[in-house]
Amino acid sequence: MTGPLADLLTTKEVLVFCGSGGVGKTSVAASAALAAATRYDAKVLVLTIDPARRLADALGLDGQLGNVERRVPTELLGASGQEPKGELWAAMLDTKQSWDALVLRHAPDSETAYKILENRLYHNITARFVQSHDYIAMERLYELHASGDWDLIVIDTPPTRNAIDFVEAPARMAEFFGGRFIRWLTMPYRVGGRRGARMMTMASKPFYQIADRVLGGELLQDVAEFFLNFQTMQAGFVERANAVEALLRNRRTAFAVVTTMEAAPLHEAEAFMAELRARKFHLGALILNKLLPAVLRDPEVAAVAEAMVERADELAHAVVADSSVHDPVLTAANEASLKRVFASVGTSFANFAMVATREGELRRELGDRTPGVVIEIPELDGEVTDLDALRRIGSYL
Amino acid sequence: MIGQLGSELLARRLHFVTGKGGVGKSTVAAALALLAASQGKRVLAVEFDAKGDLASAFEHGPVGFDPTPVAPGVHALSMDTEASLREYLRLNLKIPVFGRIGPVAKTFDFLASAAPGIKEILTVGKVCWEVRESIAGRSDWDVVVVDATATGHIVGELDAPRAIQELVQVGMIRSQTDWMVEILSDPAITALHVVTTPEEMPVRETIDLVGRVREQLDVPLGIVVVNRVLPELFTRAEEAQFEALRSGAPLSVLQRALGPRAIDVLDAAELAVNLRRVRAGHLAELRDEIDLPLVYVPYLFGRGSGLRIVRRVETALAEELALA
Repeated sequence: MTGPLADLLTTKEVLVFCGSGGVGKTSVAASAALAAATRYDAKVLVLTIDPARRLADALGLDGQLGNVERRVPTELLGASGQEPKGELWAAMLDTKQSWDALVLRHAPDSETAYKILENRLYHNITARFVQSHDYIAMERLYELHASGDWDLIVIDTPPTRNAIDFVEAPARMAEFFGGRFIRWLTMPYRVGGRRGARMMTMASKPFYQIADRVLGGELLQDVAEFFLNFQTMQAGFVERANAVEALLRNRRTAFAVVTTMEAAPLHEAEAFMAELRARKFHLGALILNKLLPAVLRDPEVAAVAEAMVERADELAHAVVADSSVHDPVLTAANEASLKRVFASVGTSFANFAMVATREGELRRELGDRTPGVVIEIPELDGEVTDLDALRRIGSYL
Repeated sequence: MIGQLGSELLARRLHFVTGKGGVGKSTVAAALALLAASQGKRVLAVEFDAKGDLASAFEHGPVGFDPTPVAPGVHALSMDTEASLREYLRLNLKIPVFGRIGPVAKTFDFLASAAPGIKEILTVGKVCWEVRESIAGRSDWDVVVVDATATGHIVGELDAPRAIQELVQVGMIRSQTDWMVEILSDPAITALHVVTTPEEMPVRETIDLVGRVREQLDVPLGIVVVNRVLPELFTRAEEAQFEALRSGAPLSVLQRALGPRAIDVLDAAELAVNLRRVRAGHLAELRDEIDLPLVYVPYLFGRGSGLRIVRRVETALAEELALA
């Protein structure tokens, strides 16, 4: 069994799914992982960030705490009668735990690690600093890849303001530690230790004067102390950030951009594809999700829908008057109501046809700015809440 | 009843509009601004994250920190923490700050990322200040509409003044948090509106958010705007008829009259019915879980985005709030 995503699923070790919030990125990523685990003799991990509750349940991630990978039971994997060839595992990203682990790994000694973990600014910094979620997702991806436990890791990316943020996160982290900001901010503290904090250099004096008045000196001292400790981890962080970036650039990694055909997500997807190309990351596929069926763009069918509205009277009468129709809801007594049904059905077609036509127009405008692989997934009835739905999406991949 | 809600709502001076990414938050914020302007209010529309969505909802190019007219009765500004800081220092320290404030601003930005509430106080503080000036009759605005941060971060944002009170014991900022908290918690002045769509994740985030706001914040909640509500196609009786039409003799009659493709038209309607049914389930959950006024904006088939959509959302809001 193959599909348009087959090359990527078999040759890549890491597949990164990205796109705006609400486009179905998590479902598509999970579907791709499920497809790979079903079709190939591979051990596949899907790392999700914030799945909808019922999808998490379907993957066996309900009530999960911490960075634990869990295997999805084999009997749930294949459609009935189909033996899956590989294994599917799923994990959720625990940002806090991942940060703590990182600090423990990179701090020079347990005393420094403890000081960092206990600092009142720590949680806040890890929760917000330099796209910390993006960084930690990439960091965790690196760790999982380096473990050698997986044939394929499929990762769903955090919802970011701009999709490009997370690919830049490792570089930004390295820059942050190597940068002059921290040195500058912590300078008075490094020169004289905490007691010497008031003996400032000329360079930082105006800043500290203003900051003192506005914020109070105590906060400033806390921040500086925190960064002093944090800085002891510089070498480890920079090295790691570089390794993560190398993995993302490696040919064994590919990106799949997911979008719907709505203006805003599509615009973001286009910008993201351009950024990926400019930065020489490997753009593997563009996935257009939740497309309306092509039949809505068929002029012949549109003409039938129009006729259904115009000839609603005649059609309603023809149906109830026909001798072969015996349905109790289609009798002469229901003729007026049936007329409304035809009008509604025809009007609804015209409404959705308008949206579908817009989608088609946008699709054409994409033109050659797309990667070699473009996958179209139709809007499915119902929601993606179980493995069956994931399989249906997977059948397009 | 709902007419009262509408006028009571627009009597408030400060409106925060939040919602999950992609639900149409900026569109609704822009529509609310237009609605207030149509009631004769002078409106300042503020975009918290400088993506430019709010300005483009008015078919206007990017706006900066200086209020720029974007529609009759509406000015817009895009939040910029450095500019906000500069204004703050100028107003409070009487320090003339010309041009870029370079290292001071950069390091403040740095601190802002580290210390809880600093960055937020520069954004929330700015709108609170505008509202305070407005109450004192010293500003050009009657109403401030904020296209605020998404549901994930809005609580932290609006909690900033309180976070600052806990974090900073002395200093100028601390002494100014009191009046900010007062403005933010006054139900006669402030309302936090949530925009959602009848889909699983947006509904879940909305329910979560309303819970967290009640638990952690003193900020009064306003309305929940449910965007992109699909029209109901059939009554129950009509749906039974529709089902009966899709096979056997009735279908044959139809195809004799309209050709074989009649079935495609029926199938397309089935898709619409299913889409709506799933969404109706989420709407029901929202209604069960949330006791705030829900205001519905229909799904607009005709256009994807732009001022035309904003105008239609404005009309829908006006009708729902009985202001039209």
